[in-house]
Amino acid sequence: MGQVIDLGRYCVTAEEIREFASEFDPQRFHLDEAVGEASLLGGLSASGWHVSAMLMRMLADSWLNKSASMGSNGVSEMKWLKPVLAGETLSGHITIHSKRVSSKRPEMGIFQCGFELFNNAGEKKTEMIAIVFLRVRAA
Amino acid sequence: MIGLFLHEIDVGLSVDLGSYHFTRENILVFAKKYDPQPFHLSEEGGRAGPFGALSASGWHTAAGWMKCYVATNEAVRVTLEAAGKVLPEGGPSPGFTNLKWLKPVLPGDTVSYRGIVTAKRELASRPAWGLVTSFNEGFNQRGELVFSFEGKVLTARRV
Repeated sequence: MGQVIDLGRYCVTAEEIREFASEFDPQRFHLDEAVGEASLLGGLSASGWHVSAMLMRMLADSWLNKSASMGSNGVSEMKWLKPVLAGETLSGHITIHSKRVSSKRPEMGIFQCGFELFNNAGEKKTEMIAIVFLRVRAA
Repeated sequence: MIGLFLHEIDVGLSVDLGSYHFTRENILVFAKKYDPQPFHLSEEGGRAGPFGALSASGWHTAAGWMKCYVATNEAVRVTLEAAGKVLPEGGPSPGFTNLKWLKPVLPGDTVSYRGIVTAKRELASRPAWGLVTSFNEGFNQRGELVFSFEGKVLTARRV
């Protein structure tokens, strides 16, 4: 327990922030730099759902696609602590809090994990607690 | 939230947020960019995976909710503004809790979302803002609950 997995890096560009926001979260503070700067967010920032999707990509690349992922049934908590701004590079890690074999599906392991994302300056931007299902290696 | 100041929002307010249609194409576009697990990328990967079929990333299902929420907000704001109402600035969200992916979302599914206000409070740290909490659900075209979460959004207080 307490095993830590590095999440790698994710470069957040203004272009990608606007692209995601145009499709899924077209609030003006995610599309227009000046509106973002005048808002509580203080700059052009990624939609929280976009940050979640970036974290998913980091999780898939760093862990799930190197294992035998069986998906997830949910996220108990997501904290968008600070806005993720254009030009930042995210890094972070996963901490495995607990693991057990499913009683209903003995081929499946249930991992409860904590996730943290930081910017280049080491400021924590996002925290998540979620379940990950992985296939248990046959004995 | 939906063109209303904190004091105008009542606990129990229920809002129909409209629907989002999942296609094979939009499932693949989202998954390639943000969730490239085999069961979100091809029919073969789907059959071999935990759901037995190609399915949408759970974050795509969540993003579909946001798209519907923003569209609903915009439509309500336009109507209220035309009626001469003073509208609050929209606020960001500090996060969510208890997000559940209850059933896979498949190509061809249409998910209809709705939200209900469960709590509201003023923020001591930010006198201009309050926090509204809502319970949100998504149902597929067969009426099956596929997705739910508890959302939070900063909501402006009366100026």
